[in-house]
Amino acid sequence: MGEIKVPVVRNILEVNERLARENRRLFDEKKILVLNLMSSPGAGKTSVLERTAEALQGRYTMAVIEGDIQSSYDAERLQRKGVQAVQINTDGACHLDGNMIRTALENLDLDPVDVLVIENVGNLVCPAEFNLGEHEKVMILSVAEGDDKPLKYPLMFQISSVLLVNKTDLLPYVDCDLQAIHERARQLNPTQKIFDISCRTGEGLEAWTAWLEARIREHKGLP
Amino acid sequence: MHEMAIAQSVLEIVLDECRVHGIATVDRIAVQVGALAAVVPEALRFCFQVVAQGTPAEKAVLDIETVPVVMRCPLCGELFEMEDRLDMCPQCGPVVSGLSLVSGREMTVMSIEGRGKDDGA
Repeated sequence: MGEIKVPVVRNILEVNERLARENRRLFDEKKILVLNLMSSPGAGKTSVLERTAEALQGRYTMAVIEGDIQSSYDAERLQRKGVQAVQINTDGACHLDGNMIRTALENLDLDPVDVLVIENVGNLVCPAEFNLGEHEKVMILSVAEGDDKPLKYPLMFQISSVLLVNKTDLLPYVDCDLQAIHERARQLNPTQKIFDISCRTGEGLEAWTAWLEARIREHKGLP
Repeated sequence: MHEMAIAQSVLEIVLDECRVHGIATVDRIAVQVGALAAVVPEALRFCFQVVAQGTPAEKAVLDIETVPVVMRCPLCGELFEMEDRLDMCPQCGPVVSGLSLVSGREMTVMSIEGRGKDDGA
């Protein structure tokens, strides 16, 4: 027997893609809208969720899967707001994957849930590669991070259907051109929806939650 | 930083193909990775060495081909290779209506070379 050469041509992430499709099937069966929320550390993912939970309260039920390298601090923050939240600790891994979500779902009561938000590990690189079964990828960029970020992390901007530009209350104090963020993001992703928000002052949050509520209704087939 | 997860996935595919094709020792694995995938080839090779220990692929050479980011301009239709900024067409300049990505996100095991059981090592 000599050398064997086998053409393969298989997607390296095929197992994750399959798990993501299985998660997606479950979400669709239960008519739950699922968001994959991504940003760098400290851009305000958990604050956005706290404010969003307040806005939806009484009308739509939100649940959260919290992904962090360590600690259950974020899940506890949301539980205090009355949100069903489970924590995933990745023990060093820089992103969530389809299998972690499948495991976390075992600890959630999905029946009352209208919208499930998966808060990814703070990182603008790796989470972009791993689908979780979500319907929308939502990213947050805080103005303090700078207007050059679309140029430096293009993939994250390209794949995210929604961009929340957070901490706009800091604009007078930082060298960040809000218009440049919009232009650069649009160049990478012309259909991306962009909302300028401040979790601190509440400015702009209404437009974001109105979009989210409309998206939840659309997903449930409600008028 | 996600190279470990990718190395693990490459190994699973390789071991699966070894079972199917009766390969006992893997010598070479050809992999294509898009430049946008943010995979560091050296880190992927290192991670693969770690996860492949004790398997038929432990001595395999990981041959990583980086696929360039190629974009198409919606205005002039030109295909061009991007090295730096993803929002500029070399002909038209910054394109507000969006460039489309033709390649650069690949992550594919292309082929495996190895030997069957009777060959010895």
